[in-house]
Amino acid sequence: MKTTARPTEPAIEARGLTKRFGDLVAVDALDLEVRRGEVYGFLGPNGSGKSTTIRMLCGLLLPSGGDIRVLGLEIPREAEALKRRIGYMTQQFSLYEDLTVAENLEFMAAVHDVPRRRARRRIEELLERYALADRRGQLAGTLSGGQKQRLALAATVLHEPDLLFLDEPTSAVDPESRREFWDTLFELADAGTTLLVSTHYMDEAERCTRLAILDRGRLVADGSPRALLDGLPGRTLLVETPSPRQAKRALADVPGVIALTQIGTSLRVLAADGAELDGRLAAALRAAGVEGHVRPTAPNLEDVFVAATRKPLPEAA
Amino acid sequence: MSLRRLGSIVFKELLQLRRDRLSFAMIVGIPTLQLVLFGYAINLDVRHLDAAVLDLADTARSRELVAQIAATDVLDIEHWLASPQALEALLREGRIQAALVVPRDVEARLERRDRPALQIVVDGSDQVIQAAARQLAAFPVHEHVGWTRRASPVEVVNFYNPERRAPVNTVPGLVGVILTMTMVLFTAIALVRERERGNLEMLIATPVSPWELTLGKVLPFIGIGIVQVTVVLLLGRLLFDVPIRGSLGELYLAALVFVIASLALGIFISTLARSQFQAMQMSFFTFLPQILLSGFMFPLAGMPVAAQWIAEALPLTHFLRLVRGIMLRGATLAELWPSLAALGAFIAVMLAVAVARVRKRLD
Repeated sequence: MKTTARPTEPAIEARGLTKRFGDLVAVDALDLEVRRGEVYGFLGPNGSGKSTTIRMLCGLLLPSGGDIRVLGLEIPREAEALKRRIGYMTQQFSLYEDLTVAENLEFMAAVHDVPRRRARRRIEELLERYALADRRGQLAGTLSGGQKQRLALAATVLHEPDLLFLDEPTSAVDPESRREFWDTLFELADAGTTLLVSTHYMDEAERCTRLAILDRGRLVADGSPRALLDGLPGRTLLVETPSPRQAKRALADVPGVIALTQIGTSLRVLAADGAELDGRLAAALRAAGVEGHVRPTAPNLEDVFVAATRKPLPEAA
Repeated sequence: MSLRRLGSIVFKELLQLRRDRLSFAMIVGIPTLQLVLFGYAINLDVRHLDAAVLDLADTARSRELVAQIAATDVLDIEHWLASPQALEALLREGRIQAALVVPRDVEARLERRDRPALQIVVDGSDQVIQAAARQLAAFPVHEHVGWTRRASPVEVVNFYNPERRAPVNTVPGLVGVILTMTMVLFTAIALVRERERGNLEMLIATPVSPWELTLGKVLPFIGIGIVQVTVVLLLGRLLFDVPIRGSLGELYLAALVFVIASLALGIFISTLARSQFQAMQMSFFTFLPQILLSGFMFPLAGMPVAAQWIAEALPLTHFLRLVRGIMLRGATLAELWPSLAALGAFIAVMLAVAVARVRKRLD
C-alpha cells in the first residue's frame, strides 16, 4: 500500500496556510503545491517560516488558518494516518545520543511498526547504503556531524515513506558531506519518494526540481530554479572593486539600481533593464573616486531572492 | 495500543538507564543512604545527654540516687559541680544539656513527700531534650528509694514506652518517603528530557500514541520502585531489626499501588514543566508537603484542620497508613481499604489529567 490517493493528485496542497504565535505571524497565507516525485525546496533565511510550515504540513502544529491536504489526507484531522506514511527529519539531531546506531534504528523500526524480519533486512541495507555498517555498535552521540545526519536520514526512511520532510538537513555538516547528502536525496527521489527540503544554501536550492522562496512567513516566489532565474526582472551586474564599501555607497542612489549586495571584493548589482545603466554606474564610481570595473554576470538564486524581497539573503553561503 | 511499540519504548528506556550511571546509582544509592541517615539520626529516644550533677546534700543516699539515675543512660554525668552558678554557666555555654540538682534537704523531702525530691534542669531550647527529661520525671524515686532489682533503672524508660526504638517507626515511613523522592523525580525528568533533547518532536511525527509513550516511560520505573522497596525492607531488617508483622505480599501490593501513584504525579509534573530543571523544582515543591504533612515527621492529629485536609490529598499520607498498619500492627489490606481506595483515586485523576496533556502536537 504505497499510495491511497490518485497518483495525479499533488503530494502536498496548502491554501491560505497561516500560523500566528500571539502577535507574530510566522506563516502568512501560504499557497503551496508539491507534485509527486519532486524534490521541492524551501529557501529562506532563519525565521522565514520554513520549519513552522513543515511542522504544520506534518500535523505537528495546528494551523491558525488555511487548508492542508497531504497525500490525499486532510491535515490536521487525519494527521495520525499521515504519520505512518511520512518521514520527518528534524533540524536538530533528534535520535537518542545514548543509544547505539543499531539500537536507534531498531527502535525506530519498532515505533513505525516495520515487521521484525523486514526491519532487520532494511536496517542492514541502510547501514550499508549510508556507510554506517562499521559504526553500528557506536553510541549515536559520539558520531561526527555527517554520520549523525546519515543516521537520521536512515531512521527517517526506514519505513519507506512516500513523502519526506527534511528541515535544514545539512545545517550541521561540512560542504563535502552536503554534496554527498544531496546525492542520496536524489537517489530517494529517483525511487519515487517525494521530498520537501528546507535550506538556506543557494547551491542546494539550485538542485531542487522546484523551489519556494519564503521571507517573513510569506511565499515571495516559486517555480523551478530555471524559471525563477528566467523570470528575474532586469539584469545582474558585477562590480569588481578593491573598495566595495565605498563603491556600494557611491552606487546606492543611481537610478535603475534595484539592489546591491557585497560579496567579498565584488558588488552584485540587480538593475533595471537597459544597457545604458552600465555607463551610469561607471560614471558614478568615477565621480566618487572609487576604482572599479562593471561587467554583466549570470543571475543566480540569490538575485531572485534579492529581487523578490529587496534585501540580501542573510545566511547565504 | 501496540504492544510492540510499547515494548520498544520500555526497552529503550532500560538501555538508556543502564548507560546513565548516575541514575543507576541513585536507584540503590538513595534508599541506602536515606535509610542509614534517617535510621541512625532520627532517634526520638534520646539518650546520653551531657549532664552535670549539683549534689547539695552529698549524703550516702543522695549519691545512691544520682547513681540510679545515671544508670538509665539518659544522662551522661560528666561534671560534678559545687555551685548553682557553675551549673548555669555550663548550660549557657551548651556544654551540658541537662543537670541534676539534689537539694540540701533531699532526705527530709523524701520522707515527707510534699515537695519534689530532685530537680532536673534542662536546656529548654531543644524540644527533643525536654521530651527526654520528661521521661526522667517519671523516675520512681519515692517508691524505690531502696534500690531493688524490679525497679532497675533501664526499666524506667522501657516502662514508659516498650517499643520506643525510633527506626521501627521511621523505616516504614522511609519506604514511602524514598519512593516519593525517586519515583516522582525520575518520571518528571524522563519525559521532559525527551522534549528538551528534541526527541519528542521526532517521536510525535511517528505512529506512537500518547498512552504508549507515557506507559512505556513509566513501566521500567515500576520495577525500579519495587527494587527500592526491597532494598529498604532488607536494610531495615538487617540494620535496625524492623519487623514485618503483616503479610509481605500485601505490603508489596500496597507499595506497588503507591509507586504507581507517585509515577502518575511525576508524569503530571512532566506535562507542566518546560525543562528538566523546572521538573526538578516542581518535584521538590511536592516533596515538602508530603514529608511534613503526611504524618512522617509529625502526627496528623496535632495539625490544624486545613493541614489535615491537605494531608488527605497526598498519596504519602495514605501509604504511611498502609505501610505502618501492615508492618507494625499486622493489619490486612482489607482492614485498610480506605487508604488503598484513596491512592487509586489519586492515580486515576493524575493519569487522566496527564494523558490529556501529552498531546501529539508541539503547540
